[in-house]
Amino acid sequence: MPKVSMTVNGRAVSADVEGRTLLVQVLRDKLALTGTHVGCDTSQCGACVVHVDGKSVKSCTVLAVQADGASVTTIEGLAKGNELHPMQAAFKEHHGLQCGFCTPGMVMSAVDLAQRNPDPSEHDVREWLEGNICRCTGYHNIVKAVQAGAKAMAAAK
Amino acid sequence: MGAEGIGAAVRRKEDFRFLTGRGNYTDDINRPGQTHAFILRSQVAHAEIAKVDTAKAAMAPGVVAIFTGTDFAADGKGGLPCGWLVKNKDGSNMQEPPHPVLAQGKVRHVGDPIAVVIAETREQAKDAAELIEVDLKELPAVATMAEAVKPGAPKIHEGGNVCYDWHLGDKDACEAAFKGAHKVAKIDLVNNRLVPNAMEPRAAIGDFDRATGEYTLYTTSQNPHVIRLLMGAFVLQIPESRLRVVAPDVGGGFGSKIYHYAEEAIVTWASAKVGRPIKWTCERSESFMSDAHGRDHVSHAEMAMDKDGRFLALRVKTDANMGAYLSTFAPAIPTYLYATLLAGVYTTPVVYAEVRALFTNTLPVDAYRGAGRPEATFLLERLVDVCAAEMGMDRLEIRKRNFIPANAFPYQTPVALQYDSGDYQATLATALKNSDWAGFEARRAAAKKRGKLRGIGISTYIEACGIAPSAVVGSLGARAGLYECANIRVHPTGSVTVFTGCHSHGQGHETTYAQLVADRLGIPLEQIEVSHGDTNKIPFGMGTYGSRSLAVGGTAIVKALDKIVDKAKKIAAHLLEAAPADIELKDGKFVVAGTDKAKAFGEISLAAYVPHNYPIDTVEPGLEETAFYDPKNFTFPGGCHICEVEIDPDTGVTKVVKFTAVDDVGRVINPMIVEGQVHGGLAQGIGQALLETCVYDDKGQLRSGSYMDYTMPRADDLPSFDVATQITLCTHNPLGVKGVGEVGAIGSPPAVINAVVDALKEWGVRHIDMPATPQKIWGIINSGRQAAAE
Ligand code: FES
Ligand code: FES
Repeated sequence: MPKVSMTVNGRAVSADVEGRTLLVQVLRDKLALTGTHVGCDTSQCGACVVHVDGKSVKSCTVLAVQADGASVTTIEGLAKGNELHPMQAAFKEHHGLQCGFCTPGMVMSAVDLAQRNPDPSEHDVREWLEGNICRCTGYHNIVKAVQAGAKAMAAAK
Repeated sequence: MGAEGIGAAVRRKEDFRFLTGRGNYTDDINRPGQTHAFILRSQVAHAEIAKVDTAKAAMAPGVVAIFTGTDFAADGKGGLPCGWLVKNKDGSNMQEPPHPVLAQGKVRHVGDPIAVVIAETREQAKDAAELIEVDLKELPAVATMAEAVKPGAPKIHEGGNVCYDWHLGDKDACEAAFKGAHKVAKIDLVNNRLVPNAMEPRAAIGDFDRATGEYTLYTTSQNPHVIRLLMGAFVLQIPESRLRVVAPDVGGGFGSKIYHYAEEAIVTWASAKVGRPIKWTCERSESFMSDAHGRDHVSHAEMAMDKDGRFLALRVKTDANMGAYLSTFAPAIPTYLYATLLAGVYTTPVVYAEVRALFTNTLPVDAYRGAGRPEATFLLERLVDVCAAEMGMDRLEIRKRNFIPANAFPYQTPVALQYDSGDYQATLATALKNSDWAGFEARRAAAKKRGKLRGIGISTYIEACGIAPSAVVGSLGARAGLYECANIRVHPTGSVTVFTGCHSHGQGHETTYAQLVADRLGIPLEQIEVSHGDTNKIPFGMGTYGSRSLAVGGTAIVKALDKIVDKAKKIAAHLLEAAPADIELKDGKFVVAGTDKAKAFGEISLAAYVPHNYPIDTVEPGLEETAFYDPKNFTFPGGCHICEVEIDPDTGVTKVVKFTAVDDVGRVINPMIVEGQVHGGLAQGIGQALLETCVYDDKGQLRSGSYMDYTMPRADDLPSFDVATQITLCTHNPLGVKGVGEVGAIGSPPAVINAVVDALKEWGVRHIDMPATPQKIWGIINSGRQAAAE
């Protein structure tokens, strides 16, 4: 069995995995980081988005062994204690979540967008989130949240 | 309204855990010693099971046990029950064929469960399942409703392919009215089959405790008590006292998580067999072939009109697909939640509907957001546009002329329902203003200059929700009551826990219900917690669906609060040496009317639990009350949706450029949540109209079986929405609330299609079936262009 070592939310971890084991399985099953969700089996929904070396990645589409040596951030690694990250706070303020299942992936995707584009237009946000499906919100409030969250992130810099 | 009470856009209490990845969904739960189940499913639509040989698979690494339908039946366990009995026209009962938990003798749809493999890991279970030898003798499949009723069609069940042949309304009066008609408008339409696709796939963990003999089922359910009742009583014969059902955080339902599914019974039963907990989590492609689907009607409708365009009578013939088996509430959807809504917002004096429910070799079909009411609304609002065209009348004018007037409530329709309140002219007027309907022709002309076809469409709808008065639904064949239960526990120091039988899977109950309590008791929101989803904590409950959580569940909370306040006043009266009748509850204080003598809420709660100075002869210690509320009537949200589209004639792509909704949902407790509910419903309605459809081939193979080939609405498919409420109060519940969960999905599809038809009118289009895909639209435009060139 191959062994992978990575930094997850700032903590050094390692795990024995099968060759076929996906990054999301390591996060959920071995590290009990169940905030990262699995919503599909065709790499379509984005519920599983995490950051690998600072970029958003669908963790259901990465083999654990591919992430060997990488630095991974999951939704659990975003807030500072009880203080929400500006993007998380914007989702709350703008009611960008309902059932919460797509939310971790949405937030992680949105943070990556905001890092690249501190003031995204509605169009930019809708295009960027093309790989994240939400069945609850109709996206209206997610778009508002992402725009506000990006601004707040830029302001906090 | 206080800052946190009724009417305040309070930010949600539940968001912190969801935003930080600390939600607790079923698949996040792991039990000590847990095993994993994988379910082997039929790959074909219809076959006899000649042999299932599990010997080789049983030897595979990690396998703990394998069970088939034979094992389940040998243990004397039952099939999945149906919760609603519909009668045929002649008064006889519908055909109610057995619905085995694991297939018995035959498989009847792609995805029908054949065997369950339980192993140490999910991968091992899956690998072992590949070693099961299944010998299926394939039978000809019935893939469509048209095939199901052909003479000589293969029989899916012994009793044939008709489940029931039902009707509602006065047939003779209807025929007489048609004879006297000035004009008749007709339409044939399909309401496309949808896959609900809550983002959290279903999951279940069965956990049998040998020490206590108690079974626990963790499941992705909208109604844990209903699952406990159905599974315990009808399938596994486990008394409620030894069966706990927990539905923790649930990632969306939209109806699809109401039903009692086979996998719940399998893991619960098998966990006792193997003596270890068993987890099953659905993969998405497995959801497509195991979650109940929605809609799937084929209809013909005709409206008789007088010379002024007044509706005289409506007659409707609908075939509704039940799929291969009856899902929990399937028979009720195309009957009591559909035909009863066909009067819509109009004074049509006579309505006659005939509905045939048919079996096919497809997944069971049951309620999906709106359930029956979107089908009725689509039919009626499309037909009304055809009526206008037939009469040469304006689409708005024909609606206004036929609206039930605001002063006519309560209004008895010819199809059983009595509407309590509404003002359709008012919602229409607001929607016309908000959408700038008057400015549309200028926008159409501008679009034309850009080479685009612009259209506008309207739908004025009503729905019935807040389901439902138990006696009424009982007389219509429901095998359950539809009341709701609330328990309010005031703790000694004055914090409050609300236990509700409703279930939140996105609706925000933890916030809205807390607002009801804060408003009434005058205590801060942070002192109030809402608990749901565990049959061991909550006395009873019927769950969340049919936009009932506030109208029924919220009212139960109000009733329990009444009792709390009543008792607290007696305690306060004792402490303040006054008569209970003189005590008022104001801003969280119990005050002797007209004086400044007062006791804080926390002082009363403390006295209730430390009853030293207490009216102990007449009042029991403690401060906890339970109420059950059975609604007096359905509630009737309604409104007006206006959609504006632009079509690119070269690609056939339709873009929704503007969507305006004005909804009457009764009193609004939290406007932020209400808007969010409408947004989500609109996305699903627009999805149905333009993108989504479930496709089977002629052998009953599911062709739209993943997100690669079932088009989910994505952020770049949708516009931002212009959403507003314009309310009339519900007259028969104390809050005046109607319900908001489904309005978006009910009102929007016909508005979208009416807009598409309007955009395409120069090509002679009168109707287009959903989804109006680019391929369909381009085909229409292209053949029109070719015809014009010839
Ligand atoms: S789980 Fe759906 S994209 Fe990863
Ligand atoms: S909030 Fe439920 S799927 Fe997005």
